[in-house]
Amino acid sequence: MTKTNTEDYLRMYTQMVRIRTFEDNANQLYLSAKMPGLTHMYSGEEAVAVGICEALTDDDRITSTHRGHGHCVAKGAEFKEMFCELLGKAEGYCRGKGGSMHIADQSHGNLGANAIVGGSMGIATGSALRAKLQGSDDVTVCFFGDGATAQGLMYEVMNMAALWRLPVIYACENNGYSEYTKTEEIAAGSITARAEAFGIESHQVDGQDVLAVNELTQKLVERARKGEGPFFLELMTYRYHGHHVGDINREYYRSKDEEKDWKENRDPIIRFRAWLVEQGIATEDEIEAINAAIEKDATEAVAYAEAAPYPDVSEVDMHVFAA
Amino acid sequence: MREITLSQAVNEAIAEEMRRDPTVFLMGEDVAEAGTPFKVLSGLVEEFGTERVLDTPISEPGFVGMAVGAAMTGARPIVDLMFGDFIYLVMDQLCNQAAKQHYMSGGKLTVPMVLRTNMGATRRSAAQHSQSLQAIVAHIPGLKVAMPSSAYEAKGLMKTAIRDNNPVVIFEDKLMYQDKAPVPEEEYLIPFGEAHVKREGSDITLIGTSSMVQVAEKAAEMLAAEGISAEVIDPRTIVPLDEATLLASVKKTSRAIVIDEGHQSYGATAEIASRLNEKAFYHLDAPVLRMGAMDVPVPFSPALEDITVPTAEQVVENARKLCAGEMIHAA
Repeated sequence: MTKTNTEDYLRMYTQMVRIRTFEDNANQLYLSAKMPGLTHMYSGEEAVAVGICEALTDDDRITSTHRGHGHCVAKGAEFKEMFCELLGKAEGYCRGKGGSMHIADQSHGNLGANAIVGGSMGIATGSALRAKLQGSDDVTVCFFGDGATAQGLMYEVMNMAALWRLPVIYACENNGYSEYTKTEEIAAGSITARAEAFGIESHQVDGQDVLAVNELTQKLVERARKGEGPFFLELMTYRYHGHHVGDINREYYRSKDEEKDWKENRDPIIRFRAWLVEQGIATEDEIEAINAAIEKDATEAVAYAEAAPYPDVSEVDMHVFAA
Repeated sequence: MREITLSQAVNEAIAEEMRRDPTVFLMGEDVAEAGTPFKVLSGLVEEFGTERVLDTPISEPGFVGMAVGAAMTGARPIVDLMFGDFIYLVMDQLCNQAAKQHYMSGGKLTVPMVLRTNMGATRRSAAQHSQSLQAIVAHIPGLKVAMPSSAYEAKGLMKTAIRDNNPVVIFEDKLMYQDKAPVPEEEYLIPFGEAHVKREGSDITLIGTSSMVQVAEKAAEMLAAEGISAEVIDPRTIVPLDEATLLASVKKTSRAIVIDEGHQSYGATAEIASRLNEKAFYHLDAPVLRMGAMDVPVPFSPALEDITVPTAEQVVENARKLCAGEMIHAA
């Protein structure tokens, strides 16, 4: 069931631009020392999160990573609560207790970012186990990077997911770098072959092509709902920033020419925008209007978050245990 | 009242809760047909089927992580960790994931899961199958720790753990599985954070956990013959800890020994003793003593292993000295 209507295409475009705009603003907050801690930018990988999350409903779950703002936006989160969380404010999705690396929005099925690389693979697979045991038809997508394929947990849970045919989709965002190291230096052999060894159907897809990602994911989600899972996706993508916002001088592990090539020739937003215009789905003016509205939304949300109050100190020992 | 073994008590508690709540399920290594190496779970797969009693591969981090995810999305998993020593394998899933989800999400996500495992030396199982690691778990905010001292506690605490909305780790003493105790036929739960005064006394308080409750009771019996009246208290859960009951007792007796089978240094005994020192200092006539396992890996040879764990005789000797004022060292 390919997405064919204009509304869906424009929403996908909008969501990708929302992610890019969110990240540009988050980066500015960091650079102007308004944001505590650090953060990991998703810019460049937008087609992955959007292509996948647009194939899901609010009942479907995702688990996210330290590079998780994109997943959070794509799964339906609001800017205001997200910026509040990044700034440690009380109105943040996690009342300021999680921050960038732990942002969660369970109202849209986002079980949370995870600051342990590969740390949420058990959680995602367990969510799928729950769906199977309770006869629910929701699907869980586990986002992780190429770096996480080096974690043993992945092999343990893929084994169980395959044995028990769980409705989980492992989405490996291969952005070419495991922190400050090229993926080829940390991963022997093929990434998809790892999943195939468990008999898991695997696909490699261009992660800069939102329609390709979405089309494939829709098919796999439908099949996973019918008990044909699990599935494994390797999404070939690129992160525009460093490993984290402070990783500025990175020529020692990747060249500026390489970054320029991806940004100019393979950018998921530029590509999709050109396609929308070419297909007559939107005019340049309409696209500009969408971009401007998102920019305004982000500016207002940042201003709101900056002015918003911090949590009261009495909240520090709240939520250690659930009632 | 009928008497059943600790093993039967755990089995009954889980079966009752699985009948009561369809979201409760059990997973772990050899939990189904095998019923675990200790046979604690025998019969459950016959009643509940392999859909609710899941045999897993030998992948502790994997299945504990999956329990966390299942718990976060509406199930109540009970995970069976075959030996307490394997906690080291699952530290990330237990301490970074399960323990912190509720807090990190500002109270939006919950992890209602039970990790049942065991502890206890003197089974000749050597250094990697004999440890008592409750202090390591108790150190992590967000995890509750229950330590049943008999079949009665094992059943009541397990039922409470399954209904709790937080990750709970239950340590059963693997040497006590066949020990019988009176357990009512009718349903009961034991609330967390309520210590049980097992025996009243006036000269010294003996605080014991799990297997060390038996040691404390035996010591109290021996002390009574010498004219020393010992009060014995079982905290039942060390997180949360019923400080009020412990403090009230120590304020009454003015002396205390804390006994636990974990290593003594930086252990559960140290934490409890420290709280008593901080909050009952002016009521004390002697320093609060810690009695934990020796700070050595658990040795295999019976000749060596037996001396690593506190005994009733050692408790009596220490209690006698405390009551005689012999352990108040001048600086």
